[in-house]
This record gives sequence, structure tokens and C-alpha cells, in this order.
Amino acid sequence: MSERVVLMQGNEAVAEGALAAGVRFFAGYPITPSSEIAEVMARRMPQVGGTFIQMEDEISSIMAIIGASLAGKKVLTATSGPGFSLMQEGLGYACMIEAPIVILESMRYGPSTGMPTKVSQMDLMQTRWGTHGDHWIIVLSPSSVEESYQLTIRAVNLAEKYRNPVILLSDETISHLREPIDTSTTPTLVERKLPVDKTGYLPYKTDASLIPTIANLGTGYRTSFTGLVHNESGFQTANGHVAEALIERLRDKLFNNLDDIIQYESDRVEDADIVFMSFGITARAVSEAVESLRSQGRKAGSLRFITLFPFDDDRVRSAAGHARTVVVPELNSGQLVLLIKRVFGDSRQIVPMNKINGDLISPQEILSFVKEENL
Amino acid sequence: MKLDALRSERLPNIWCPGCGNGIVLRALLEAIDQLKLDPDKVVLVSGIGCSSRAPAYTAFDNVHTLHGRAIPVATGIKLANPDLTVIVVTGDGDSSAIGGNHLIHAARRDVDITVIVFNNFNYGMTGGQGSPLTPVSSITTTAPNGTLDRPFDLVNLAAGAGATYVARSGIYFTKHMVDHIRKAIAHHGFSLVDAVAQCPTYFGRFNKKGSAGQMLVSQKDWMVLKSVADKKTPEELVGKTVIGEFVNIERNPAQSGEAPKEQA
Repeated sequence: MSERVVLMQGNEAVAEGALAAGVRFFAGYPITPSSEIAEVMARRMPQVGGTFIQMEDEISSIMAIIGASLAGKKVLTATSGPGFSLMQEGLGYACMIEAPIVILESMRYGPSTGMPTKVSQMDLMQTRWGTHGDHWIIVLSPSSVEESYQLTIRAVNLAEKYRNPVILLSDETISHLREPIDTSTTPTLVERKLPVDKTGYLPYKTDASLIPTIANLGTGYRTSFTGLVHNESGFQTANGHVAEALIERLRDKLFNNLDDIIQYESDRVEDADIVFMSFGITARAVSEAVESLRSQGRKAGSLRFITLFPFDDDRVRSAAGHARTVVVPELNSGQLVLLIKRVFGDSRQIVPMNKINGDLISPQEILSFVKEENL
Repeated sequence: MKLDALRSERLPNIWCPGCGNGIVLRALLEAIDQLKLDPDKVVLVSGIGCSSRAPAYTAFDNVHTLHGRAIPVATGIKLANPDLTVIVVTGDGDSSAIGGNHLIHAARRDVDITVIVFNNFNYGMTGGQGSPLTPVSSITTTAPNGTLDRPFDLVNLAAGAGATYVARSGIYFTKHMVDHIRKAIAHHGFSLVDAVAQCPTYFGRFNKKGSAGQMLVSQKDWMVLKSVADKKTPEELVGKTVIGEFVNIERNPAQSGEAPKEQA
């Protein structure tokens, strides 16, 4: 296979990854720092026979991709924190009707309009808990342009496989970074499971996989979708037992498949006495800091979350090695660290390291932090 | 109309006795039947409210979305599969308040969908609150002394936003309503029908409009056909609602949201 290395921007890599994954419908609304994705899609979609539409806001953007998804397309929208806030009702709807959709969220400094061109990791918890009600979301976090490309393909595949919204949680720096990437590999694509027999068709009836086999609109199955609690037929019910079973199934269809969904990257945690846990752009500084500490003879290690949600405490515990000290650097006032504290309780020393001035955490800052805090 | 257009197992419906929604739904099904559309290629999309429950009583593919959001979902469906006939079933509040922005932008794009507004002048599902189509001075639960806000003229709103087919009808004029819904669906481009219904439970009771039957029959007193209205002076039309076809423009493909040709 010939290598095809090209210089690409993070946002462009998301757009190209989506096209490689079979995405043929994009609806979006301009917002810094994700606008380039819409711009690339506006140019590229017609070339591949797909559809691009600029909607009137982020509310309609997510609803339009839900509609296109129900009609059978692989779909993407892209936004940043303020737009992602507007998408929350649609996100909950997609969870409830089990519409495969992918949302790229490029984090900028918030809250509110904040600092539009400055990086942050302040929207981590919004991806998990932004919409109301009990619900489950898959969240993937790239740390490079190459990974933005690969994880976009993976996000589309997971959305189609599990019929669930998937969020790609990027940030301003990854979005605007330019790096060489290899796009020569032909990706393995996953297609949603479709029904083959109209007799006794029940869109929300599931087998052991707990993933429903729902027909695309216009294929003769006469499906009914609703955000109301619904039974296997897809029709509304106020039956508490049906409601409970539905919400449990929405959880279990993901949690029964954590081996397939969850990915970490761990670096020398086995013998480490200090482990850094991070995601996204911050993990790149961690990687360099670990290298420096090792060269100084310090047994340092790193655990990088590629999948942020579902978050499985047992897996984190066993992936973390035996380090006495866990440092959690992040570009917010402490969000990932809440989950890490939940995993370890008082059994380890959990040290938050936060930066909220709109700049990145540098490797040198991590080294200084370790020194100053006597870690 | 063939009865197989309804899912009989989903009946009876949730609507109150005397509600006008059933008449509009019947007119819609009648229009679809007259057009001899392939029922497998018809998708009904609705928002939230009494009228938005209508699609789930039909045997077509149907998508009950969020409050105000039926139009963007319908836009996504239509653009993803242009072979489908996509019809939005919505109410006055759903389409003109929370969904008002989506309504004007879909009209501007001239996306080839049909919006049927079941207009009963109030929010029935939540107990009779005022909507942007509630006439000024009317009593609602959120305007106990009469609403001060002026209503939208939905027909002019849609026309001004660029809709290429706009009509209004009333449930008393059932054949008129069927004809205009049929023409709206057959129209190539964005079409809207303001289907004036009634809510005897809330709007009618609060505003002393009489029984459901009296409300229905009264439409012939306060509605006037456009062909008749065109010959009258504005003074003669005070207090009257004009029904008929207001906009019917053959779409210009260059400006109508047609998918662009593949580029090299």
C-alpha cells in the first residue's frame, strides 16, 4: 500500500475522516473554532454525491442530521461549546430514538462566549451530562491531527453499530494544528443493522445485543419514532416498567460492549510511582514530561483517555498500575479529576493540575509542578 | 379515503370531544389518497402538541420530534432522500413560536416539503395558553385579561419568507381544505397550509365561542373565500379571515435548494 502523507489541519482531518467513513450528509452553523469543517464539507460533499446544508442555528443543525440519519445517511455536524449548548435537546432526542449521529465539539474557553479563539477543556462534563434525563453517550478524544482523522472514522462506525450519538471532543488547538497524516489506509466501515422481514416488524425489539434493528425511512416498514418513552413498536407509553426497561437497555447496549468501545493509551504505568491521567491536547505535554522525568530517573507513566465516556471505573483502576500518586492535568477547574477521585477514593494521592488562562499546559510546567508540589 | 391509512390499533386518539384536529387529519389523508402517492414513500414529521400526535395515528412512516423542531428534521429527511414526500404536521405554537425561525428559513430555502399548521389559536396540550396566532384581546390562561400581543398573519409570514405555495382553509370547508392540502403536497417547493381548526375545551370556552358545533359552523360567518374577498374593500373585510390560495409560484430551480450538480 502506497503511503499518502499530506499536511492537514485538525478540522480538515475530521472532515476528510468523515468522508472516508461514508458520511454523506453534513448540516452545520459557523462557529469558531470548528468553522473550517463546514467550509471543507461545503466544497467536498458535492464531489462525493453527498449533501451539505448551512442551517439557521445549531438547534436545526442537529435536528437536520437526525432526519438525514433516519433516512439512511451517515451524518456529521460540527460545533463548539456555545453551539453544543444549543444542541443538547437534539442530543437527548437522538439518544432516545437511537439515531446514529456524530457531533464534533471543538472546545474553546467558556462559559458563554468566553474567549472564542482560546483553547480549553471545559466542556468535558457537558458532553456527558449536557442534556437532561438519564442517558448514555460515547465520547472520543483525539490528541493529534492523525488521530482526529482516525477517530472520526471510528466515531461514525460506533454510531452506526450501536445506534447512539457519538461525540468527538476536540479542542481549539487540535482543530487548528497542522500535521502530516497518512490517509492511505482504506478504513473498515460499519453499516447499521437493517431489518430483512416486514412480518412482525418491531423497530425497538432487540436480541441479546440490545441494539434495535430499525428500518430507514421510506423503505416500506412504516416506522414510528418518538422522543416519548416508547415500547418495542415505537409507540408512546406511560408504562413505568417499559420506561425502566428502555432506559436500562440504552445503558446496557453500551456497557455490555466496553471492550469494543473503550480505548486508552498507557505509557510505562507498570512500574511507575507517578502516573499522569489526561486527554486531548494536554496529553501531548504529559507525554513529553514523562519522557523528561524518565530521563531524570523518575518512574513516571501516563494514561491517556481516547474514549472518555463510557467511563468504566474498574478498567481505569486496572489500567493505572500501582502508582501512589496520580496527577490529573487539564485545561479547566477540575472535571476529569472528579472521575479519577471516584475511581480511587483515598487509596492514592490524587493531585489536580488546572490551567484556566486560555493557554496550554507545557511539559515544563508539568515538571515544575511535580517539583514544587514534592510529588 | 381508504381506512388503511390509519393505524386502528392506536385509536381512540387523545383529542378532546369537539376538537378540530381530526377533521384536518382526515383532510390530509384524503389529499394523500387523491394524489395516489406510494404510501411507503410518505413521511409525516411532527413537533410537540395536540396536533403533533396526528402522524402516529397514521400508517405512514412518522417522526414525532421535539417542540418546534419538525421542520429541520423534515429538511434533513427530504435532502437525504428526495424521493420521499415529506409532510410536517404542526400546531400554531409549535410552528410559529418555538419553531418560527425554522419555518421562515425553510420557506427561504424553498425546500420541497409541505407544512400543515393545525391552527387552533392556543396551546391545547398544556392547557390553553396563548400562542403567536392567538387573536389580540383573547382570553388564555397566560392572558387572563386578554392578550395584548398582536398575532402573526401566518400566510403573510410564510409568503414574505419566500414560501412558493401558501394557502389557508377552515375545517368547516372540508372540500376546500382537502383541495388546498392536495395542491400544497403536489407543489414542488416549500408549501404551507394554515388549516384553521378549533379548541372548544380551552380557547372556545375561555372566549365564549359556544359549543364545538357552534364554533365549527361559525367559520362560515367569519371566513370569506379569497375570490369573494378580492372584490371587497378593506373596511368590508374587518373581522373576517380570508381563505384560499395566496401564493402559488413555480419554483426557480436555480434558487430552490436543489442539490448541486456533482463537481469535478
